[in-house]
Formats: sequence, structure tokens, C-alpha cells
Amino acid sequence: MTEFVQQIFNGLSLGSIYALIALGYTMIYGILRFINFAHGDVFMIGAFSGYYLGILFSFSSGSITATLPLAILIMIGAMAVCGLLGFTIEKLAYKPLRKSPKLTILITAIGVSLFLEYTGQLVFGADPKSFPSLLENKPVVNLAGAVIGSNPLVVLITAGILMYVLRLVVMKTKIGTAMRAVSFNPTAASLMGININSVISFTFIIGSSLAGAAGILYGLNYPSIDPLMGILPGLKAFVAAVLGGIGNIPGAAIGGMIIGLLETFVTGYISPTYRDAIAFGILILILLFKPTGLLGKKEIEKV
Amino acid sequence: MKKLFFGFTAIFAALVLLFSSCNKGGSDKILIGEYGSLTGTEATFGISSTNGLKLAVEEINKTGGLLNKQIELITYDDQGKPSEAGTVVEKLINKDRVVAVIGEVASSRSKAGAPKCQLYKIPMISPASTNPEVTLIGDYIFRVCFIDPFQATVLSKFALNTLKVKRVAILKDIKNAYSTGLSDFFEKEFKATGGEIIEVQSYSNGDKDFKAQLTAIRSKNPEAVFIPGYYTDVGLIAIQAREIGITQPLFGGDGWESEKLTEGKAKDALEGCYFSTHVSTENPDPGIQNFIKKYKEKFNMMPDAMSFLSYDAGMILFDAIKRAGSTEAQKIRDELAKTKDFAGVTGKITINDQRNAIKPAVILEIKGGQFKYKETVAP
Repeated sequence: MTEFVQQIFNGLSLGSIYALIALGYTMIYGILRFINFAHGDVFMIGAFSGYYLGILFSFSSGSITATLPLAILIMIGAMAVCGLLGFTIEKLAYKPLRKSPKLTILITAIGVSLFLEYTGQLVFGADPKSFPSLLENKPVVNLAGAVIGSNPLVVLITAGILMYVLRLVVMKTKIGTAMRAVSFNPTAASLMGININSVISFTFIIGSSLAGAAGILYGLNYPSIDPLMGILPGLKAFVAAVLGGIGNIPGAAIGGMIIGLLETFVTGYISPTYRDAIAFGILILILLFKPTGLLGKKEIEKV
Repeated sequence: MKKLFFGFTAIFAALVLLFSSCNKGGSDKILIGEYGSLTGTEATFGISSTNGLKLAVEEINKTGGLLNKQIELITYDDQGKPSEAGTVVEKLINKDRVVAVIGEVASSRSKAGAPKCQLYKIPMISPASTNPEVTLIGDYIFRVCFIDPFQATVLSKFALNTLKVKRVAILKDIKNAYSTGLSDFFEKEFKATGGEIIEVQSYSNGDKDFKAQLTAIRSKNPEAVFIPGYYTDVGLIAIQAREIGITQPLFGGDGWESEKLTEGKAKDALEGCYFSTHVSTENPDPGIQNFIKKYKEKFNMMPDAMSFLSYDAGMILFDAIKRAGSTEAQKIRDELAKTKDFAGVTGKITINDQRNAIKPAVILEIKGGQFKYKETVAP
């Protein structure tokens, strides 16, 4: 029982990071109908921004633990860096190709991804860096013998808050309404006077800054970061977005949690060798029976 | 037409470059090749070993070199990837035409490089690959360290007699020859001498989340956890083990040896943990202390076991070349095989008929982020 509770918690805290990354995938897909494969690397840049901001605030890895306000400041800083990066990537790499075939822009995204990874290796160095301990990790909850650290709890809560804020933005604000309109029908939206370019930029900024936040949370939980760290979480978050129904925001959050839990349970109870195989196998099964993903709506092609 | 002309000129220029680079070195130098993980997750292995080797080359060149020639070292980075290791060894042999190859620290990468050396009959000395299969690849493959069955015996004895634990769980790296080998030998030895292995879990090098495996281990309530992995993973594992409430000591093999092991939060997580390795920098032996002094002066950092071993690997190779009186691969190999009681910095080195070195091991304890000498176990 203890083990089970602990595993659920492990899975949720891993899943909430996948969920944050998946949100970016799904939002950009919702607006532009394309998969931004560079998204996982934006997540990596987020972690490195946190690393360098941490050094800037002069507590080297491990020596002094930052206070909560400083940790929040660093997270906001990393989100700003990533938001700016997302904005730039869209303007430089994707916007000129908006009228091109979907395949062109997809391959460009892979190019941007590789560019970020290997520029990262050049600039940051290829060896893993120890992420600064932004918050002290104290065992807080002792639920049925399971020890739950404060950091995984912080990860869960922060991810929850960010997702809630995102929901408010998308559902209650003017720009959110515009985003939904563009997602629904870009041509009609532009005819109604919505500035498509600014909506797209806004989406990239929001999606990328969420990835930046995920990078910080990841570093907090797994304090070893390297320039290629974004590849696998990026891929898994993409799968999570598809699982939840790509283009659907709550779907991405749920998909992320499911992937995190599945991975943890397969690793803990079956074998880590089969972790990805079983997790992805279940994904294939779900998609076989529900091709649009768990919360995805069927799109009717108008002819 | 103009384009075509430029194209041909470019190809011609490239060919000239290619051929001219093949001839470099000439006859006034002896070229020694080295491959190591200068970058990647085990970057300190490569950096420490190449520094140790540089020191050896510098020393031999100061005393006039070998056979009246200076030694030149060519080092390639394999980025910690076995596939890359094979490629760079091929390059060392066929493009640079080195007379011998030194490398790698990690067994998986040595196993990728060694078949190339064996194929082209170029002697290779691994400084620190402890997996027994490495030297079984062929008669041109040597090593200057002990092998894992011995290391496993040392660790098993240590766990039973010094730590006084009987119920041990194992967390091994399933993709790594060193880790799975050491884990298997340990399991066999530990069970045979009265211990009990209550849980075996695994991970893949580069994983960041180990909580699922650690939770499973914790539920079995072991007295100690054996982690035969490399330092990058071990640091993260230790942090997460403490996070989910595993308070028992962790211990492992020489893959832990790196000053980066105790970086950041891992420093507290690994307090009171142990690992076996080749040499202790606390050893008062003048040879060792002298080496540390020279190393610190040149590189401005502390040497670790990999530095000592690759220095010895270099020195044994130079000794063999000197005795052979030639840079012919076959002769170097024959002399390497005859190495007996060579006074290396890590102790007296004798190469046995399986081309392994017979040497004692030391156990170090981690205290305040420092590696403190605990005990020596002779073969």
C-alpha cells in the first residue's frame, strides 16, 4: 500500500511536467495545425535559463538554498526567456513558411530543434550540469508510510496553478477568445477583424513559457541538466498531447498525467526495460479505439 | 561550366588536404592514439584519463622520448557513445596511423573500440575498463586495472564484514556492460558467502527519474543498496533515494569515481556511502603524492583514479616500446604481454596471461563530499 501511494505520487509529479510541455504542443497545434518539434528544446532552454539565473543570483549549486520569492523570480525569468525564444522562433522560422505545404514547416521545426540542441552543446557544454537547489527539499507528507518530498509537491502545485491560469486566459480573456476563434476557423476569424499574426505570436509565447516553467520544475526534481535533455520529455509530451486529443487543452493535461503514471507503474512493477514499450503500446491501443484521443473532437472535413 | 570548374577545384583541394593529413607525423615522431569521453555524461572519465596520459607523454618527452623520437598524442572525443568510439578508433588507426591506442575508461566503449584494434592488430591498453570481456576480444587488448569479478568479491566482503549487512538490493544500469557485469558477479559472490539479494531493479544510463525503481526497493526494506553505475546517474539516484525515504547506505564500484559525483544536492545524499576503486589520493605513498602534485600544477585540479590509471597505461606502453626497440605493433604487443612488476604509480603492475593487471582495490568512504580512505583489499 505504501509503495502504491508513493508510486502514484511519483507518477503524478512526473506527469505534471509532461503535461506542461504537452500544453505547448497542443496549443500551437490548435492554432497552426502543425507540430512544433522544437518545443522539447525550448523546455531545455528553460532549464538552462534557470541554471544561469541561479548562478547570477550567486548561489552556486547546492551551497545555499534560495528562498521562495527568489525561486519564483527565477522561474518567471526562465519563462520570459522561453517566451521570447518561442516568439523569435515563430517569427524567423515558421512565419515565412505559413503558406508553404505542411511538410516544409514540419521539417523546419526539426531543423530548429537540432539547431537548439547542438548550439546548446556548443554554448553550455555537453556534460551534464548540476541544477541549483532553488528550494530545500523536506519530507512533508507521510501518507501511509509513503514519504513525499516538498519539491515534488511544489512541482505538482505549480503545474496545477499554471494550468488553471492558462484555462482562465483561454476561456475568460479577449485574446483567449481570439485564440479559440483562430483555432476554430482562421479565415473566418481574420474576416472578423482578429489579427491572426498577433494571436499566433501570443500562442507561441504562452506555450513556450509553459515549457520554460516545466524546465525549471524538471531541474528542481531531477537536478542534472544537459543540452539534449529535451528530446525524450519532448517526445513523451507530444505523445501525451496526442493521447489527450491534440488541440485540446485539458486533454494535454490529462494525457501528461496518464503518461507519467503509466511510466512509473511499468518501471516500478514490471520492468524499466519495457517502460517505453508498454507505455507507448497502451497509447497505440487507445488511439486504435479512439483515434481523436481521449478528449479530442472529431473534425468534419468540409468538401 | 564555371560552377563545374569550382566544384572540381573544391574536390581536388579536399583530396590534397586528405592525403597530406595522412602523412603527418612522419618518422621523427611516435604517434600514440587515445579515445575517451571528453564530453557527454561521463565527461570527467575522459578528461581525467587524457590529462593523466598527457602527463606521462610530457615526462617521457622531457627525458628524450623513445627510440630517439618524441611521442605525440592524438586524442579523440567519443562523446561517451559506443558507436562513436568505434569510429574514432578506426580513424586513429587508418588515418593517423598510430602505433598503439589507449582507451577507454568505460567498458561498453572499450568493447566498441577493441575489435577495431584487434582487427588491424594495433595494441590497445584500457586504463580502467573492468569488465572481463574487454580483454577477451583478442590478444592485442590489455588493461592496467583489476577486473570486475575481483571488484565484486571486494565489495561483497566489504558489505558482509565491514558494513555488516545481509539484505542488499541492487539497482543496475541495464544498458551498460560494466554495470550488468559487476552486478552479476556481486550477486553471485554475495549469495555464495551468506548474503541475500532481496531486489534487483534496473535503469538505463541517462534516465533522470529513478523514483519508481527506488520506491520498489524501499518497500523491500534492504539494509544497503548496491548501485554499480556511473557517477552522473549515481548522484541523481542518491538524491531521489533520500527524497523517498531510503536512509540506508548506498555503495558501488569504481564508476562512482569523479569529483562531480558529490556536486550539488548529491553531496548530502551520498554522505556515509562507499565505493571501491583503484587508488586513494590519501595514500601517503611518495609516488602517489608526487603524481598528485605534478597533476595539480599542470591542470589545476585533483586527479582521480582514471588519471592515475591512464598515466600507468601510458608508462607501460612506453616501457614496452623501449624494450621492443621498435614501433612494430607485433613487437610492442609481445613486450606488453611480458610486463612484470612494473613500478607504476598505482602499484606494481604485472600483466597476466589474460592480459589483465593483478592489483589491490581500495574502499573509499564519502564524507562531506570528500573521498576518505577506508580500507585496502589485496587480490
